[in-house]
Amino acid sequence: MAHGPAFETNSAVVKWIDDRLPIFSLIHGSLGAGYLAPRNLNYWWNFGSLAGLCLVIQIVTGIVLAMHYTPNTLMAFDSVERIMRDVNYGWLIRYMHANGASMFFIAVYIHILRGLYYGSYKAPREMLWMIGLVIFLLMMATAFMGYVLPWGQMSFWGATVITNLFSAIPVVGDHIVTLLWGGFSVDNPTLNRFFSLHFLLPFVICGVVILHIWALHLPGSNNPLGIDAKGKGDKIPFHPFYTVKDAFGVGVFLIFFSLFLFYAPNALGHPDNYIPADPMVTPDSIVPEWYFLPFYAILRSITFDIGIPFTDIVIIPAKLLGVLAMFGSILLLFALPWLDTSKVRSAKFRPTYRIFFWFLVVDMVILTIVGGKKPEGIWPVVGLIGTAYYFLHFLVVMPLLGKIEQTLPLPESIAKACVKKA
Amino acid sequence: MSTIENTVEGDDGVNRRDFLHVAAAGFGAVGAAVAVWPFIDQMNPAADTLALASIEVDLSKIAVGEGVVVKWRGKPVFIRHRTAAEIEEAKAVDVGALVDKQTDAERVLPGKEEWLVVLGVCTHLGCVPLGTKTGDDRGEFGGWFCPCHGSHYDTSGRIRKGPAPRNLEVPGYAFASDTVLKIG
Amino acid sequence: MKMIKNFALALTAVAGLTMAANAATAGAHPKQVEWQFEGPFGTFDKASAQRGFQVFKQVCASCHSLKYFKFRNLAALGYEEDMIKAFAAEYEVPGEPDEFGEPTMIKALPQHGIPAPFANENAARASNGGALPPDLSLIVKARHDGANYVYSLMTGYEDAPADVSVTPGKSYNPYFKGGQIGMAPPLSDDIVEYEDGTKATQDQMARDVVNFLTFVAEPHLEQSHSMGLNVILFLLVLTIILYFSMKKVWKPVKEGKHFD
Repeated sequence: MAHGPAFETNSAVVKWIDDRLPIFSLIHGSLGAGYLAPRNLNYWWNFGSLAGLCLVIQIVTGIVLAMHYTPNTLMAFDSVERIMRDVNYGWLIRYMHANGASMFFIAVYIHILRGLYYGSYKAPREMLWMIGLVIFLLMMATAFMGYVLPWGQMSFWGATVITNLFSAIPVVGDHIVTLLWGGFSVDNPTLNRFFSLHFLLPFVICGVVILHIWALHLPGSNNPLGIDAKGKGDKIPFHPFYTVKDAFGVGVFLIFFSLFLFYAPNALGHPDNYIPADPMVTPDSIVPEWYFLPFYAILRSITFDIGIPFTDIVIIPAKLLGVLAMFGSILLLFALPWLDTSKVRSAKFRPTYRIFFWFLVVDMVILTIVGGKKPEGIWPVVGLIGTAYYFLHFLVVMPLLGKIEQTLPLPESIAKACVKKA
Repeated sequence: MSTIENTVEGDDGVNRRDFLHVAAAGFGAVGAAVAVWPFIDQMNPAADTLALASIEVDLSKIAVGEGVVVKWRGKPVFIRHRTAAEIEEAKAVDVGALVDKQTDAERVLPGKEEWLVVLGVCTHLGCVPLGTKTGDDRGEFGGWFCPCHGSHYDTSGRIRKGPAPRNLEVPGYAFASDTVLKIG
Repeated sequence: MKMIKNFALALTAVAGLTMAANAATAGAHPKQVEWQFEGPFGTFDKASAQRGFQVFKQVCASCHSLKYFKFRNLAALGYEEDMIKAFAAEYEVPGEPDEFGEPTMIKALPQHGIPAPFANENAARASNGGALPPDLSLIVKARHDGANYVYSLMTGYEDAPADVSVTPGKSYNPYFKGGQIGMAPPLSDDIVEYEDGTKATQDQMARDVVNFLTFVAEPHLEQSHSMGLNVILFLLVLTIILYFSMKKVWKPVKEGKHFD
């Protein structure tokens, strides 16, 4: 258990309140000195709190933007321009929101990769991992619907392409798409419901984040060594040690954020979204925001049907297969705690896994680049290879490696491993 | 808590430690406070709203004894071309007996006494008083009458009877030319 | 300062990569011009932007609108209120219906955007051989490398290569997607006479128009740059203090003390 000393106070008022509503005890026990965390967490562990900060920034700026935004196809683009030009600090708040989405994904991707490297998804943290994936899925849905709201060309055509994915579902696909649209194309009803859901989902994410933290506090944080922190001296109180470390991380992160916000606010966006939506003209190439590119690449890499060999019978058409591959690439991660058969958590003691981990990172970068290219020339082949490696990594490499890999000897305890160094 | 603080404090740097942490917290607090401002200021009127804050009205078509309502900052403004009798009546009132003591001269521009310009918002609870359209009930004092709670205004827009606490407000205005009035 | 510049360079590199990843292969790569508004300390060249406004009024405005740019926004370029009113009054916008219910046109006021010279999209297409002159309020942000793109387009008209046959009514411009553009070469030397006496070469006018249109697309650019500098300097100081505060707090842990 990760419990430190109980909450104590000298203030009669605080004590009076806490006896009736133990809010101070709750904070003390979850983010204060009452929560004990491993003493050896490195800077990669900062990205959880940074993701939380991003969620707060997105909600605060989003609520402000909703005060000025009009969810109507005739007025949405104009209302965004009004925010950019006329609303006091509107340009600042909108750029914060647009770039904040990218920052959120940067933080979350690093957070997930850290989990993959140090085996944070392994027992007893499977629920923690899966709840995190739910947050990731909710984030993707929220970001996608948010991108539609300015009603630029990329908004409209992104919405059209992504909602059309559901048409790949046999029999009911077209009905589902019509249901999603509330009509026969992406139009005003679609924009209205996307606005409503884009407003709602962040609060759902908040709720799931609480579950995520709850599920964290039972087993406690994993650590770079990947061994259980249960001996004397393995843990230190969250406050002040990790609060001050998180605060430092926030400072560095905000500097990084500010560079984009003030000096390159449109660098991560697409210029076509400054052209008002036109249902009659499709842009040259439809590209999602950078954080969706690897999954978009997986979707597009599948251009072949699966059928019975030597016949014309198609069992899974290419379109459906691509959609299944894309959703499968994320849903697969839910099974990761069981796909990874290794007894050792941290890649620090898994020399072979460490190499494959970096293969995966490179693969994701390649898929990101492929996702941004037109499917011409070499790119579809690269995309297919990248997709194949992605699935191989999780479905073949992870299960096999756990069985055959020679792991390095684990240290006896965190305290021994760290204090020795000092 | 106490054990941590005791152990964290080194023998050498108690003051420096205090200074560092206080500086960090202070800086952070100042930064957060400044960062709040844009989120508050965004609720103030935007540049396009402020740009509409002044309007020009052509007075040449308003006959003596008639009035018009124009929209200014989202609210109605009454402009009445007063008759000589109405002006006399407004001037003759004993100011000392009024709820909100104002002479007629304080409520019109010198030399332009025939034009009365007031906000068409009852000072009681914000309804729009009757009396501008022909055939409207102008109340007991020939000005305006608010149907919501029965406030009567005179030909200078002053409150004479009823629950309203103040006279109809006079917006800032000027004559751009003899027949063009600029409000705001 | 050097550090900030390095940061900015790194950032530009990252941004450039991202944009390259996004880039659609449309038209030739624009000519690269150095602009005063670029970089972390970039500001608007107001004199150039004023000339650009003159070019816009006398040349571009015969086909293009600036619907999101209001005449009142000209104040930020240094124009006085009565000048702004006079500029606005040169244009007409729809007014209230008259007493018979007929539509009316009134002189534009400072709160209006710069209107299109055509009543509607069909009228615009009819006058331009089927092509629709786009609104230019956001053109610099709505194209890859927008400022250089507009400059290149303005100065990039040339004779079509032998293997390209240009449709009648179109012109050849390699910077335009597809190479064939409905807009005839708009800028030729001395097509306007600058009020400040600057020589109106094609290159000069193209630069001035880009400076003006960049201001139109991103009017808060200067504010963003100066606020960014303050915010980042503040955050640097805060982060450095937090770093030493953290080191101080962590010292006993690093020394191996136990807290449980």
